Amino acid sequence: MADSPIAVEHHNPALKHHFVDMEQQRQASSLGMWLFLATEIMFFGGMFCAYLIYRYWYFPDFAAASSSLDITLGTVNTAVLICSSLTVVMAVRAAQLGKRQQQVVYLALTLVLGLAFLGIKGVEWTSKFKEHHIPGPTFNFQASLPGHPDEPVDQHHAQLFFSLYFAMTGMHALHMIIGVGIFTYLLYHAWKGAYTPEYYTPLENSGLYWHFVDIVWIYLFPLLYLIDRKK
Amino acid sequence: MSEHIVSAKTNIAVWLTLLVLTGVTAGVAFIDLGPFNTVVALVIATVKALLVVLIFMHVKYTSDKLVKVVVISAIFFLVLLLGLSLADYTTRLLM
Repeated sequence: MADSPIAVEHHNPALKHHFVDMEQQRQASSLGMWLFLATEIMFFGGMFCAYLIYRYWYFPDFAAASSSLDITLGTVNTAVLICSSLTVVMAVRAAQLGKRQQQVVYLALTLVLGLAFLGIKGVEWTSKFKEHHIPGPTFNFQASLPGHPDEPVDQHHAQLFFSLYFAMTGMHALHMIIGVGIFTYLLYHAWKGAYTPEYYTPLENSGLYWHFVDIVWIYLFPLLYLIDRKK
Repeated sequence: MSEHIVSAKTNIAVWLTLLVLTGVTAGVAFIDLGPFNTVVALVIATVKALLVVLIFMHVKYTSDKLVKVVVISAIFFLVLLLGLSLADYTTRLLM
């Protein structure tokens, strides 16, 4: 039931004048966010393409480099992000049901989980720094090719893996940081009661962004951490 | 997306499935399947991504067809990028 633009109606104060009704506005906003996510798919897609080609070329070196990543921390981080996607979905649901308190709780939990992810990433990167696995003048990766204990890993190829590792997880982490900023904003406004069953679009669209960042990690984890772990 | 509200039960079920699939991915990595390790890992990752897109991101429940057009288009162009690039590079003869 669309509002007639001519009739005098009680409009939701969040309804912008160029939309016929709240549902149209909501769909337009959502489509806008999805279009942005499509550009993000292309953005990350380019790096995935580069990664896949180099991995194909230098598979044994990449496998050795991958095995130096902490699989436990990687798996835990994947679980952390999956839990955060649940808390996001429950926060949106709470808004749909008009439950302000619940929204705040779930948004706060999302923030905690997002920060936990970043903290664990920091731990991982610190250990990479200490092991001299960060590309650059101090790079030194001592290992043998999997299954060939007398053949050392090619330093250039290993450095390529780590360049891609830091570029991709770094870009992902930047997206997480932005997400944490967005959700801090949402937490504050949810606490103020800004999101109701009639208008929760910022929550919904930020949720889409957060889920997308989760999906990027869902692919990063097996590709970076699990190249060749059979030993 | 639409006014359809996903039940808490469905959300929890998806969440648990995602966690289990994560464990499976990590576990299978230690089993020697040759080249199929990568295939299995990516297939599981795709199942997880589908669950997130369809249910958490509401694409399954939306009445807005344009969203589905955008999602499918983005995936199509990504597959084009990756597929054609890999078709080129993996079919070259290297010395």
